[in-house]
Amino acid sequence: MSIHFTEDHEWIAVDGDVGIIGISDYAAKALGDVVFVELPDVGAEMGKGDEAAVVESVKAASEVYAPIGGEVTEVNGALEDEPAKVNEDPQGDGWFLKIKISDADELEGLMDEAAYKTYCEGL
Amino acid sequence: MTELKHTKLHSTHVALGAKMVPFAGYDMPVQYPLGVLGEHKHTRAAAGLFDVSHMGQCFISAEDGTFETAAKALEKLVPASIQDLEPGQQRYSQFLNEDGGTLDDLMISRLGFEGHTHKLYLVVNAGCKDADYAHMRKHLPEGVTLDVKDDTLSLLALQGPKAVEVLARLNPAVKDLVFMTHTDLPLTQTIWVHISRSGYTGEDGCEISVKHDDVIALTKLLLAEPEVEMIGLGARDSLRMEAGLCLYGHELDPSVSPIEAGLIWSIQKHRRSADAGYLGAARVASDLADKTTKRLVGIQPEGRAPAREHTEIQDMDGNVIGEITSGGFGPTAGGPVAMGYVARKFVKAGTPVQLIVRGKPRPAKVVKMPFAPHNYFRG
Repeated sequence: MSIHFTEDHEWIAVDGDVGIIGISDYAAKALGDVVFVELPDVGAEMGKGDEAAVVESVKAASEVYAPIGGEVTEVNGALEDEPAKVNEDPQGDGWFLKIKISDADELEGLMDEAAYKTYCEGL
Repeated sequence: MTELKHTKLHSTHVALGAKMVPFAGYDMPVQYPLGVLGEHKHTRAAAGLFDVSHMGQCFISAEDGTFETAAKALEKLVPASIQDLEPGQQRYSQFLNEDGGTLDDLMISRLGFEGHTHKLYLVVNAGCKDADYAHMRKHLPEGVTLDVKDDTLSLLALQGPKAVEVLARLNPAVKDLVFMTHTDLPLTQTIWVHISRSGYTGEDGCEISVKHDDVIALTKLLLAEPEVEMIGLGARDSLRMEAGLCLYGHELDPSVSPIEAGLIWSIQKHRRSADAGYLGAARVASDLADKTTKRLVGIQPEGRAPAREHTEIQDMDGNVIGEITSGGFGPTAGGPVAMGYVARKFVKAGTPVQLIVRGKPRPAKVVKMPFAPHNYFRG
């Protein structure tokens, strides 16, 4: 299992051809209290950089983009009733969706945890 | 980019850990470490302190020293009746253009302090204040003076069920105010304030105009009270939305009349005719008579997805009938809340509509506002 981050603060945890996608601690803190998450339909195909989900805080709506492409195999239905999970545990219970990865080469160019930490410190 | 202005509390906000954002030309706190949700709930449960010093504060008075002359002059610019204001009475009104569109909304108080009851005190929106001052200077007759106080006065709001209790610890006379009245009093031995029992949250509370030199000391004094938390612009917006209160630039703009915006309650009966003698009176009268003009309504989305500003509103047949002007999550309502304009025939509470959120129609209905009950103290 490896974890990768985008400059837009999504993460993807990869295990074989399964990727779990969510938003980072940094993003969850920046957004503030999450009140709604719109998740894609299971079976939807998305390319790298496509809109994968929408996360709404009290103030505003923000798009979450697919770090790499794939087919949606599962979404975190618990977020429907408990969107606050995104704030409580963004890199755990607050995950958004799982995909079947279409091309693992797309992971190249994403940041590992150390590189992402350095990136956030520079913001 | 022009440099953002700072209120006198700017360094206080930063020291408290506020997230600062540009707003109406000022660098303002959008939230503190408590967060928008927590700040919103705290205000409804106890007392929230807001720095609203970016707003414009000014006085209008007549050289002949009479209230009547000043009131008559202001009555040419706002729909509200001014001449019948008692000393210490406050009214909400709007500046209108010649076509009856709204240039700004504002609070108007007749001072209650002996020797000053001929003066009118106005609070206008930050983003409109320079244009408001120019508008008043253009239209006020000779012999009536506008005195802008933005270089000397800050403005705080303390809102919530505990607000007056907290202020009464500093001066018990605060308790004697009722909703929409105004007075001058000392809160400490040295700090005198203009204070009104009003606000922008739907809660009981006060707005406190205080000298720049005293605002930091007064803020510290209030924050030392256990019920008081600092509240940012984020919660200010969700609080006023739940209270069904208009925000200039969203519900109000130069194309919208106060009748369309549902503000007829702010226009006294004798001021509703086309010959009432203020800028825009003809539009007010014609919008009252014309049942085809649009109206501002509350919109309750079904489910949990908020509908934001500019979301299209459709009838159940898919025809566009209006647009959301403010929308988001109402922490007290416990779900999404919104306001928007719809064609006149859809204003009835309970009317089903559809909101087009990210391309998909979502069910919603027209509802009566407010979304959270008003808790004003009317004596």
